Amino acid sequence: MLETLTDRLGTALRNIQGKGKLTEENMAESLQEVRKALLAADVHFRVARDFIKRVSEKSVGQEVTKAVNPGQMIVKIIHDELVNLLGEGTTELSTKKPLRVMMVGLQGSGKTTFTGKLALHLRKKGYTPALIACDVYRPAAIDQLETIARDNDFLFYCERDNKDVPQIGQRGWDWAKQQGADAILFDTAGRLQIDEALIEEVKLLRERVQPDESLLVADAALGQEAVNVAKTFNEAVPLNGIVLTKLDGDTRGGAALSMKAITDVPIKFLGTGEKVTDLEVFHPDRLAQRILGMGDVVSLVERAQEAVDEKEAMRMAEKLQRADFNFEDFLSQMKAMQRMGPLGSIVKMMPGMSGIEVGEKEEKKLKHTEALILSMTLKERRNPGILNGSRRARIAKGAGLEVRDLNALVKQFQQMKKMMKMMQGPKMEKMMKKMEKMQGKGGKGLPGGKNPFGDGAGLPGGLPDDLGSRLPGGKNPFDGMKF
Amino acid sequence: MKGFFAKFKDGLKKTTPTFYKLFSSAGGLFGGKKIDASSMDELEEALYTADFGVETTEEILEEIQSAYRKDKELRGQDAAKIGANVLKRVLDGAEGDFDLTGDEVTVIAMVGVNGSGKTTTTAKLAKRFKEQGYNPMVGACDTFRAAANEQIKEWCTRLDVPLIASHHGADAAAVAYDAYAAAKARGSKVLLLDTAGRLHNKVNLMKELQKIRRVLQKHDDLAPQHAWLVLDGSIGSNSIDQARVFHQEFGLTGLIITKLDGTSRGGALVGIYRELKLPIFYVGLGEKPEDLQRFSAETYANAIFGVEE
Repeated sequence: MLETLTDRLGTALRNIQGKGKLTEENMAESLQEVRKALLAADVHFRVARDFIKRVSEKSVGQEVTKAVNPGQMIVKIIHDELVNLLGEGTTELSTKKPLRVMMVGLQGSGKTTFTGKLALHLRKKGYTPALIACDVYRPAAIDQLETIARDNDFLFYCERDNKDVPQIGQRGWDWAKQQGADAILFDTAGRLQIDEALIEEVKLLRERVQPDESLLVADAALGQEAVNVAKTFNEAVPLNGIVLTKLDGDTRGGAALSMKAITDVPIKFLGTGEKVTDLEVFHPDRLAQRILGMGDVVSLVERAQEAVDEKEAMRMAEKLQRADFNFEDFLSQMKAMQRMGPLGSIVKMMPGMSGIEVGEKEEKKLKHTEALILSMTLKERRNPGILNGSRRARIAKGAGLEVRDLNALVKQFQQMKKMMKMMQGPKMEKMMKKMEKMQGKGGKGLPGGKNPFGDGAGLPGGLPDDLGSRLPGGKNPFDGMKF
Repeated sequence: MKGFFAKFKDGLKKTTPTFYKLFSSAGGLFGGKKIDASSMDELEEALYTADFGVETTEEILEEIQSAYRKDKELRGQDAAKIGANVLKRVLDGAEGDFDLTGDEVTVIAMVGVNGSGKTTTTAKLAKRFKEQGYNPMVGACDTFRAAANEQIKEWCTRLDVPLIASHHGADAAAVAYDAYAAAKARGSKVLLLDTAGRLHNKVNLMKELQKIRRVLQKHDDLAPQHAWLVLDGSIGSNSIDQARVFHQEFGLTGLIITKLDGTSRGGALVGIYRELKLPIFYVGLGEKPEDLQRFSAETYANAIFGVEE
């Protein structure tokens, strides 16, 4: 697994700190590291090469004083450049009324699912959407779109015995207009960009229905192939936008950069789940951080929201504020954390930690902790103070572990409690507010906003102290929280 | 019907400007001309653009470079053979084999992320097994996606293969359980379970898969005998993460790589095999059922490097 980019750059650049300016020579090694990171994130070879050149040109001549870490400096340049490149162009959909949108893409990229999401999005903006089924090949593709239309009360048009796609499109459009629709969405069949017959079909459909927006729906995890796909589709059907789907997976999403760089077609939407509401407008900075392996705090918070039920989170927050926290709470937090996924994948989302492997050892340690708490009586869990020698011996035996394991846990627990006491009052409130602001919707936040395993226990070496400085621009959403 | 090699090369030809031009025996990098520094750069680009990833790319480059150091007269064709040999070595043992002749029903669970081609592949396999006389049965375990049932139903009607399905939103494990009972009663040798697409990082969905396994084991301790991960050949390095997690959570027995009829090289499979040693049973080279073909490491390696068979 990759170390974090900043760390690797730090090593590559250790000799040039305080030595004047960045030059092509002294950056060579570090830019090689950046290139590797981009390639590992599936950025296309040529795109990566050109991008490195741009970064190199921007960096040459910049002062490297003793005060700055040259690794961070270059990462910041890269990050800003990436945000610039990804965010160029209009990321908004046309506001025309009526609006015609045509979806194109490879098989299995998620066109039909996205069509439903877009319809819902447009309805929220005051449109009356109609879905036109133009996939006449995949078995039950029409049924799939029809189901989505029925479940969400969208207008729907199809012709089950007709294979003439341009004609279906034309008639669907006429029908939708009569029905009073003003957002007409054409869901086309998946096709390979090199399938000449099918590309011809989509060209004819386009001529007939004259879409205001032709959107390429592409899997965010596409490999080097992304470039061929985007380029060829864009040549056949001039595209107005790219939609990246399945971003709720853990792909780094370098394909997005490739497609944007090669075609200059703006990225407009992100698909982040199977539900019809799982649609996001595009944020270049979040994607840039993801490509660079800088973690995705927002996703982490979102996952936490999914895993923790609201009442439980409120109760926990109150308890934390009173520093009234016992082993039962510890256990339930642990359970919530487990619902968020394997520890390893959670850690990867944290800024600056994408390179840290959480292996079996750490997962095992969690299991031990759970076993120890489970072999306590309820009374013991609620009042850890009563844990005397004989109780400790019994608990350790019950968990199949040594007393020293339990002692370590208790000690860790006490430290955690002490820390919570320190965090009480205005500081804590400030932090909670920050968490809410970060989510942008005044949500629940992570219960207590911190890792339930105490001061970095269970994570190899604990959390790095300089988390904040690792994020470009020094923006650390965990600012003010001490790990 | 075209063979694996011919089909794959057709795809290669369509790729401009890199692979075919580079690796064709007529001219290009791997033709008769001598290797030099600029052809090494081209080679590096070609290997990366095939999604081989950093490790395999570096290994191939190193071997060719070291051969070049020993022999400055090294020609493109020789370099291609070296490259193909590295791939063959890395993919040694990657050709999956399985047996459907046992007394019990062999259950094959088809798993994968959304849109990788599970349902289409399930249908193609059903057709093949039917032709081979294994009397296959299909279980529609995707009870989640809109019209998933209709999709597999339409396939099974076309192919005249019996299907066990429930309603939208039903318990996938219950469908699997019923499908097993039906397959046994009808004397099927093989039961194909078409499961819902799930991203590997969704814990609850992975747990649902484990439940399917637990429930099947009420019928047979060994079921499902096979769990095949269906991977989209145009996906990059994330394929490895997908394979790793599915294997860890569900215990895979092999892979199927789909959509290799485009211009993608499916190089990620090399990385997966390197790390997980999961065999590759089939590759999908087109839309038609006969386009699903058994994987051959040798053919794959030769096709990639334009070495004639």
